[in-house]
Amino acid sequence: MLGYFNKLFRREPSSRTAKERLHLVLVHDRANLSPQILEALKEDLIEVISKYMEFDVDSIQVNLDSDESTVALVANIPIREVKRQLRHANS
Amino acid sequence: MAGRAIVITSGKGGVGKTTTTANLGTGLALLGRKVVLIDADIGLRNLDVVMGLENRIVYDLVQVVEGQCKPHAALIRDKRVENLHLLPAAQTREKDAIRPEQMVELVETLKEDFDYILIDSPAGIEHGFRNAISGADSAIIVTTPEVSAVRDADRIIGLVESHGLHDPYLIVNRIRPEMVQRGDMLSIDDVLDILRIKLLGIVPDDQEIVVSTNRGEPVVFDRRTRSGQAYHNICRRIEGEDVPFMTMDTGFMQRLGRLLGIGGRRRNAN
Repeated sequence: MLGYFNKLFRREPSSRTAKERLHLVLVHDRANLSPQILEALKEDLIEVISKYMEFDVDSIQVNLDSDESTVALVANIPIREVKRQLRHANS
Repeated sequence: MAGRAIVITSGKGGVGKTTTTANLGTGLALLGRKVVLIDADIGLRNLDVVMGLENRIVYDLVQVVEGQCKPHAALIRDKRVENLHLLPAAQTREKDAIRPEQMVELVETLKEDFDYILIDSPAGIEHGFRNAISGADSAIIVTTPEVSAVRDADRIIGLVESHGLHDPYLIVNRIRPEMVQRGDMLSIDDVLDILRIKLLGIVPDDQEIVVSTNRGEPVVFDRRTRSGQAYHNICRRIEGEDVPFMTMDTGFMQRLGRLLGIGGRRRNAN
């Protein structure tokens, strides 16, 4: 009977709401990286990207951006120059 | 003898850590093991009343680590089961009255004489929690199927693992099969899907727990109760036995059986 009402009013079971909310809150909780880890990540990123292009190391910003439904790793890396051999390979 | 030290923890308060510790300790002792329970919740002593041993306390955990008495002098012998002992917490001291190194030393000493050292952790993630996990070889995380408890369990799992206690086990407490069935409570699978650690046991929500706590007699003594049977099964799993998990069946026939008292309780409670 209760299930019928739920269907009638298109209400999803509260357990599903709970699970969805938990998933989201845990993404936020788990993504709460320490500054040290974020710094280590930044250094690794620099190492990888510098194989392909030149950029100003000091102006790199790596942050976690979150809104209500998603969490994203946002890296702002202003490029100075793409390395020559790479341009050749592409053309 | 080289005993196993297991910490029972949860993050969130009120999910049943102390009840779980009391029942697992009693259950393991009933299986013939030598067990000591340590109440690490300094300042909020409770394991003694749940065990019904509150009138026998002479010394406490803080006095032991401060060297005022030998560990064995502070152990309270259980009045019903042989080989079961309790080391009570201090009631009038602060959580920082002991340090992790002292806890490690105490647990190592107790390991020589006991098969199991069960440590009842305080709620929270601060000093008291860190003391409680420091002497342990493994961890049991207790949660209830609620958003708040599961969230805290997730955080605790991370902390426990970063402390070198890998592969903690999970006990899901106070599950209500009929609510799960109508979609109003997180199921065991939901909780496991989120936390992704090994399941050690499922304990149904059971009024008998309240009754047994009132009396100071752990429910595991009475295996006719659903929760008592559940704790008994968890103890057997800790001992390495392969015991099937509770089926969350609340079918009509089973409910009818229970209503008529045809052993339904004993049979469907695993």
